[in-house]
Parts: sequence; structure tokens; C-alpha cells
Amino acid sequence: MIQLKVNGADQSFSGTPEMPLLWYLRDVLGLTGSKFGCGIGLCGACTVHVNGQATRSCVTAMSDAAGKEITTVEGLNKNGLHPVQKAWLQINVPQCGYCQVGQMMQAVALLNSNKKPTDQQIEDAMAGNICRCGTYQRIRAAIKTAAGEMA
Amino acid sequence: MSPIENVSRRDFLHGGVFAAGALVLGVRFSPSLLIADALPHDTHVDLATFHPSAFVGINPDGTVWIVAHRSEMGTTIRTSLPLVVAEDLDADWNRVKIEQAIGDKRYGDQNTDGSHSIRSFYDVMRAAGATARLMLIQAAAQQWNVPAAECESELHVVVHRSTNQRAGYGELAAAAAKLPVPAKEDLKFKLKSAWRYVGKGEVSYDIEALVTGKAIYGMDARIDGMVYASVERPPVLGGKAKSYDDKEALKVAGVRQTIPIDPFQPPPAFQPLGGIAVIADNTWAAFQGRKKLNISWDNGPNETYDSAAYKNELRETSHKPCKVVRNVGDADAAFTKGGKIYEADYYVPLLAHATMEPLVALAEFKDGKVTAWAPTQNPQAAQDIIAKELGIAKEDVICHVTLLGGGFGRKSKPDYVAEAAVLSKKVGRPVKVVWTREDDIKFDYYNAVASMYMKAALGADGKPTAWLQRSVFPPITSTFDVNAVYGDPGHLQQGWLDIPYDLPNLRIENGPAKAHVRIGWLRSVANIYHGFAVQCFTDELAIAAGRDQVDYLLDLIGQPRTIDFTGVDYPNYGASMQTYPWETGRLRHVTEMVAEKSGWGKRQHSKGSGVGIAAHRSFLTYVATVVEVEVNDQGEVRIPRVDTVLDAGLVVNPEATRAQFEGAAVFGTSIVRSGEITATKGTIRQSNFQDYPVARIGDAPLQTNVYIVESDAPPAGVGEPGVPPFVAAFCNAVFAATGKRVRDLPFTSLGFS
Repeated sequence: MIQLKVNGADQSFSGTPEMPLLWYLRDVLGLTGSKFGCGIGLCGACTVHVNGQATRSCVTAMSDAAGKEITTVEGLNKNGLHPVQKAWLQINVPQCGYCQVGQMMQAVALLNSNKKPTDQQIEDAMAGNICRCGTYQRIRAAIKTAAGEMA
Repeated sequence: MSPIENVSRRDFLHGGVFAAGALVLGVRFSPSLLIADALPHDTHVDLATFHPSAFVGINPDGTVWIVAHRSEMGTTIRTSLPLVVAEDLDADWNRVKIEQAIGDKRYGDQNTDGSHSIRSFYDVMRAAGATARLMLIQAAAQQWNVPAAECESELHVVVHRSTNQRAGYGELAAAAAKLPVPAKEDLKFKLKSAWRYVGKGEVSYDIEALVTGKAIYGMDARIDGMVYASVERPPVLGGKAKSYDDKEALKVAGVRQTIPIDPFQPPPAFQPLGGIAVIADNTWAAFQGRKKLNISWDNGPNETYDSAAYKNELRETSHKPCKVVRNVGDADAAFTKGGKIYEADYYVPLLAHATMEPLVALAEFKDGKVTAWAPTQNPQAAQDIIAKELGIAKEDVICHVTLLGGGFGRKSKPDYVAEAAVLSKKVGRPVKVVWTREDDIKFDYYNAVASMYMKAALGADGKPTAWLQRSVFPPITSTFDVNAVYGDPGHLQQGWLDIPYDLPNLRIENGPAKAHVRIGWLRSVANIYHGFAVQCFTDELAIAAGRDQVDYLLDLIGQPRTIDFTGVDYPNYGASMQTYPWETGRLRHVTEMVAEKSGWGKRQHSKGSGVGIAAHRSFLTYVATVVEVEVNDQGEVRIPRVDTVLDAGLVVNPEATRAQFEGAAVFGTSIVRSGEITATKGTIRQSNFQDYPVARIGDAPLQTNVYIVESDAPPAGVGEPGVPPFVAAFCNAVFAATGKRVRDLPFTSLGFS
């Protein structure tokens, strides 16, 4: 039995320990905000926080999530929108939106560790998150906006 | 209007986790999940107290329901078309609720591709709004016993000024519902000066759902009792399983059963590809079980397909006389008269769509009927193929449209929706088919691989005295007709038949090519390879002539005129030539404007830096783009800036349009940098983002500036037209920066990255 915390709530899992955290979140818990994009950690659509670190949930086995605190977009901020989400609204970032939860989870992790990232630091931190619609210039702008809000 | 209020309205309406975000279903919800129990006609619009058309309904509380019958894949169309209704209804956007249509022919065409949603439905939506508004005015006039002509609307209210009477739309709904629907000739449309929404735009109706993770895509759809499927498909198109062993697969925890799917009968069209499906309790178990299948394949005749050899075949074909599809003057005679001859071969490989949401569909076969939920661009085509595969009537198929995690044309081909329906019938439960990224890359309907041969003779003044161009590519029609080998007019029109230059001698040809994979349409389609060849060859000629590229391009475009297509099969994207003539003056204008906006010729470029330009009309929209690049000694290319100018006629939603052109630059970046699908022995070699890379944040343009030409011309497309000129301008910029001419895409073959 694997014990973990998801968005502050205790959970236990008795299934296959190799199952990636993504499918546990989506298929077992019904938390569908985190997306399946590539299954091998190359696109970032599945990004969640594991003990505060941005993590690709599609390549994180449940056995590795044991005892950890998982935060998904559903638990990002229970009292309204997170400043990163507000910035995403303000800059009107999403097109199809499918990758944007992963983008925002990555951006939140960046801003939690670096209050005022440079352009290069933004690029480095976001390099693992693909947006096929091509919203990158708005993602850069939104991260800067959020950084200003969170400062 | 704040988007936060926007979503809270919907939360209030539906409640529940699945309904909280984007409105997935055009029907009522069961209390628990997404079970649809309604018939196609049973929409919120239809159930509204007053519903003069299939597109708009008004309830006594003043709520205005508007149907979005086109699919939302990121273009904001789900918002923009309802905005047009709201405009001529004079409705308060804050009191509008949008309902996503199911597939239903009463809405007309629902295939959301070809960049024509606004163009084809602008007038329909205006009429829907104006009809409802006129009836509300008539209802008020009756109640007040005054002439309707003295009444007017004023944002969700009808007023009669001289008697100072006012009534809200909701109050009037019941009375309006009793009136006859007025004739089209009686409709009055709002004057442009009074427009609130059209030309100003709105953010996506779904934006808060999108940033909170509550939006429901096809990947997120679920209903009670559903099982998950993953399908091992024949690795070569047209192949089939000779035999298979599922013993190990069935041992995987969570796997329930395996089911063979019949191979398709050629042509493939939208039929499932066949293969072996693994049915399981969750997605992961289905994936794992599939890996344990042991299948022996009969690959069939396409096993001989090899991309390297095929490229040579296309090129050889393009070097011989082909079918003439347009002719002006006598190019051959002019070539013999001297002038300097230039020739070049251009090549674009197969391209995959790689939408961020891999293909997925959920379907339930029950009591001889199918209900499907899918991220589809084409729900009516999904109905058709499901009906055909299952031998039931189209009317017995309900196809709900979820949000789409990207589309780019792939999701207008509903083979994956048919798979879900076929499997549900065999399993006896609702089945959700989930494609892996590898499935998505390997079993696409690829944008055609194409080879273009270009030849021109330049006169003493540097201008072409003769121009010959031949394209050879396996046509999209091959997906629907096993004998099709030539380009059809629908794709030859795309930047090829309509080369916009004023040339005395011009011959355009097309050669045959047999398809060995499914060929389909991808954002901008044939314009990608045609525009690349024409606009890069133009750049080559400008340099050969010692001319500034902008001046030369303008010279070739010539004086403003309407292109004469007499004797040419030029479909003009299905639009009439009277309403949407091909006006070279508009192409000139965007070219001049982008030169000015980008500071063409005025900015200094350091070593390894350069700019390129291209101009192209597609989907009835005129676009010119300037791309600036920086290339270091290692051949690493950065794109600091892009300027693009578009003339799409009337633009309903400028903000969404800017976003489309920003995105088009990134889409084009992927094509130039890394887009390439290849096959060996008929099997696609690429599988995921490590070998089919798409542009990441650092690869993409740092800044794309989009300028929209103010125009009262009829609306044209905005989703696709940004890609073709970007691709060519990018390659021209690389030449300016490095002296290396990109003629084969992607440009990695020249050592760039």
C-alpha cells in the first residue's frame, strides 16, 4: 500500500507500484487537470509538484511518489487564482490550452525558487514544456507579470 | 467583462466537476457524470422559451443561449462566432451562455478546417442575431401598442423613446416566441459605428477553465462503466495481423481482454486502421498490456516504401514534363530566346500534426445506437464513419464535441472516433480509446511530401521573361481514391496555380505520385510547400538580379490588378471570385507595410544576422512576413524578431487573430527547424518528441509583431495563412545571414539547428 498526499489530502494506493503518478491522478482520482502529452517526460503537459519540485508525473512511478506531497493544478491555490494563473489570464496566454496547466505548474515552481528570473532563466526553466499552438512569447510575458505580482 | 465572472456563471448553471469548465456537452447531464440522455434537437437553445433559430435562444431570465457549432481547438472560434450573434442581437455578452453543438446537419457544415468558420458563417450568425432582435422589438411594440419601427434595441433591452417604455429581452421572450419568424429581407443589421464586439473581440469564453485545469478535453471525458483501450495497429499502411498471442498481455494487472479490429478496405478514408486492441481498467494498464502482445503482421504492398528512394522518384518526375495546369504565353519558346536561366529543386518532407492532446475518443454502443465524445473538428464525419462501420443509421449516432487539445487538421479525420465505437460494440461497455504519442506520430494523415522544380529566365532588367514550376506530391485525394496520383484543384490552388506575379510566359505543371501512407491536410496544407518554393526561388532570383528583395518582389507582383483565372480550374477556397477576387494590390500593400514596420533596409545587421521576406495569399487572406535571424558559428539559429502584416478583410476578433499569427510563426519554425517524417520499409521511423521535435520556447521567435490591415472587405481566414510566408521568410533570412540556401526542409541537412 502506497501512502501519499494529494493537494493536502491523504491518499492510499494499492495498485501496480510502477503505474505513473499521472495515470493515478487522472484515472483513479479523476484529477484531469494534469495532461497526457508524450508519456516519456519530453513535453511537460503532465507537470505537477512533488514536494514542491516541478516533476513530470508521466514518468514518476507511484512507488517514487510514496510518502510525498503532490500538488496539482486543482490544489494550486484553494483561495482563488494563483498569481501565475492571474497573469495567464491577463496576458491571454492559452490557445487550445492543453499544455497550459503544465506550463503554469512549471512557472510556479520557477518563481518559487527565483523571484525575478532573467529571460535566459525563464527560457531554461520552460525548455521542457512544449506548446504546439505557439504561445511562448505570451508565456514569457506572463511569467514576468507574475514575478512582478509575487515580488 | 472579467473572465472570472464568465466562468462563475457557468458554475452556477451546471455545477459539478465535469461541467464546471468548458461546456462539454450540448445536452443535459446526468447527476453523476457525462451521460447524455438527450436527442440531437434537445439543446438549451431549443429548450429556451424563445428560439427563432437553431443558433440562439432566450429565456425569461434574460439568459441568451448561443450555439457554437464549430470546434474549439485554440482559435477562439467558440467565442468569435457567438460574438457575431451577440452583436446583431444587441445582447449583453455577460448574459450570454455558449452551448457546444453536437454533430447535426441542421447546423450546416461543421468541419472546422480550411480557415473558413468566420467566412462561411458570418452572415448566418448576423442573421440569427438580427432575427431574434427584430422579433423582440416586434413583441415589445405589440405590448406597447406602438409601431415596431419606433422601437429599438439597447443592449439587452427594447426601448420606445417617445413613451419612455423599456422591456428586457427576458421579459419579451415569451411574447416573441409567439411571433412568426420574419423574412430575411426585413432584417436590419447594426451599423458598423454601433458595433460593440465585432472588430473589437473578446477573450475566450473558456479562458478561466483553461487556466484552472477545469476545461474538459476529449482526454478528460469519462462516463460510468467505461473501460480503456490501446490499439496496436499494423505498422505498415494496409497491413494486417496474421496471428497474435495475447497470453502475456492478459496477465497484466488491470487488463480485461483483447479484441482484434478488422483492417480497412482500401481506400483508407476515415476507417480504423485495424490491429489488436487491449481493453483495461485504466489507461496505463492498457498501454502495458499492449506491450506484451505478440503479433505477426502481413505488411502488404506498402512494405516497399522508403522515404529516401521516394524523394528521388519525386525529384526525377519533377524534372520531366508533367501535366500542365496553368499556362500563360509560351515559356518554352521564351527559354530558348536566351536570358540567364536559373533552376532549383525544393523539397518538403512528410509532416505530422503532433497536437498536444494525442488522439482520444470515448464511445458507448447501446441499444443499437452510439453516443460518442471526441475532440473532433468534424463531428458529422464522425457520425458518418461510425454509422458505416457499425451498419446503423447516421441519425442513431450522437457525437459530442469536447474541447480539442490542438487540431491542425488531424482531428477532422475521425478514424479514432470510429475505433472507440467499434470497440464499444464488441466489449459491450463504453470504451475510451487513448492513442499514445507514438501512435499519433506513426499513424497520422501526413501533410504530403513534395518536390518542386523551379526554372526561370531573367532578362537584362533582371525580371523573369519565362517561369516554369512543377510540383509532385502524393495527393490528399489518394486517401479517398486508390487511383489518385495527381494534385486536385483544391490543393493545386494553394499557392501554386495562383502565383501572383505578372509574368509574360508562365507554365505550371503537376506530376504524379503514388501514396504509401495516409495523406491528409495539416495547417496551411499545400501552401506550405508551394509557398516555400515560390517565395524562396523569388529570393534567389532577386539576389541573382542584384536587387533588393522587397523591390524585386513588388516588381514581380506588378501593378494592382485582379488575377484572371480564365481557363484555369481555380476553386478560390470555395469562395466566389466576385466576392473574393485575387487582388494583387492587397498583396502589394501588406508587402509594403511589412517592409515599413520591420524597418526593412534601415536596420544594420551584424555578421551572422539577416532578414528575409515573403508574401503569400492563402485561405483568401493576404500576408507578408519579415523574419530576422541570428546564426552563430555552430549553425545555431535564433529568431529575435518577426513582423507580419495581414489583410483578412473584416476581422471579428483581432486579439485572437494576433494570437493565431504568433502561433503560426512557431508552427512554421517547427517545419523549418525539425519537421520530418520518414519511412523505412513502409514503417514510420519517428515516434515521439525526441525524433519528431517541435519548437520549444528557445527555438521559437522571441517576438512576433502582428499588424492587421483595417479593411471592410468580406472576412477571410486567419488560422492558417500565417504559416506559409513565415516558412519562406525564415529560410530567406537564413540565406541573408549565412549565404546558405535552404532548399530542403528541415534545414538540419545544411547543418543548422
